[in-house]
Amino acid sequence: MELVQIQRRLVDYTKSLFMEGFLDAQFLQLQQLQDDSNPDFVFEVVSLFFEDSEKLLNELTIALDQPNVDFKKIDSHVHQLKGSSSSIGAQRVKNACIAFRNYCDVQNIEGCLTCLQQVKQECYLVKNKFETLFRLEQQIMASGGSVPTIELGF
Amino acid sequence: MVMAASETKFHVLAVDDTLIDRKLIEKLLKTSSYQVTAVDSGTKALEFLGLNNNDHHDVEVNLIITDYCMPGMTGYDLLRKIKESSSFKDIPVVTMSSDNIPSRINRCLEDGAEEFFLKPVQLSDVNKLRPHLMKRRTQTNVNKRKSMDEIVSPDRARARYNELEVK
Repeated sequence: MELVQIQRRLVDYTKSLFMEGFLDAQFLQLQQLQDDSNPDFVFEVVSLFFEDSEKLLNELTIALDQPNVDFKKIDSHVHQLKGSSSSIGAQRVKNACIAFRNYCDVQNIEGCLTCLQQVKQECYLVKNKFETLFRLEQQIMASGGSVPTIELGF
Repeated sequence: MVMAASETKFHVLAVDDTLIDRKLIEKLLKTSSYQVTAVDSGTKALEFLGLNNNDHHDVEVNLIITDYCMPGMTGYDLLRKIKESSSFKDIPVVTMSSDNIPSRINRCLEDGAEEFFLKPVQLSDVNKLRPHLMKRRTQTNVNKRKSMDEIVSPDRARARYNELEVK
């Protein structure tokens, strides 16, 4: 496939991620911060997020499985996940975390369990999206091209 | 190494227990031409400043930016400790949080924080730091020229977060 076509595909794909709510403006901020002195900044931060989220989701699964659920601990983990998802612009994960915290506040275990599934699902989905995004970027760079930047017009 | 005061980069101490946010704030600050030291707890911040020992410290920190929610010592605890310290009370402190809680924000501002940023912190937020740093530098230069026993702080207008944006 020609370079121009891959670049076009990347732009369209990225835009679709915004349209579908997977990403928000914070992701653009991350891209703006990436520069020659730190060309893998976005990749590094996103990778950190997935390492972090895997640990947190495991902790949450264990915590909700206890006979006496420690809601403070759960809230703390969800707060952290909400924060880091928000920091990378993973909007749907962040929103799922907000819902999760609401059930945690009222100590509703069933609600929490449902939310946990929701958060896991959103993390899984956005991880795939990022993998596609990075793959397209790599293809562009391997062809000697530059990664086009997106402007949010809406 | 001798540098003219106007050429020295401002040194910001960033405090956040989350690695991602530390990386982010560090990048934001470096992009804005600040020298950055990032630590993961209030305790480490105090150690870095030299508050926990009576040894003479050479480190010069021009601003401290700290997350609010941290295990052990919160950002608010850190703010209080800095403001209660004779050596460091004049270092501007900025607090940040991913939670939008007006009472929390007002408390920090009332107890000495210059600004309160909602996370995720933006470049536009970091741009707000410079006036606090420049004012301090001007003050310090003035104080070096005259001999004064006390630094007289000018009245600072504090932004009251009565109406908060919902992000």
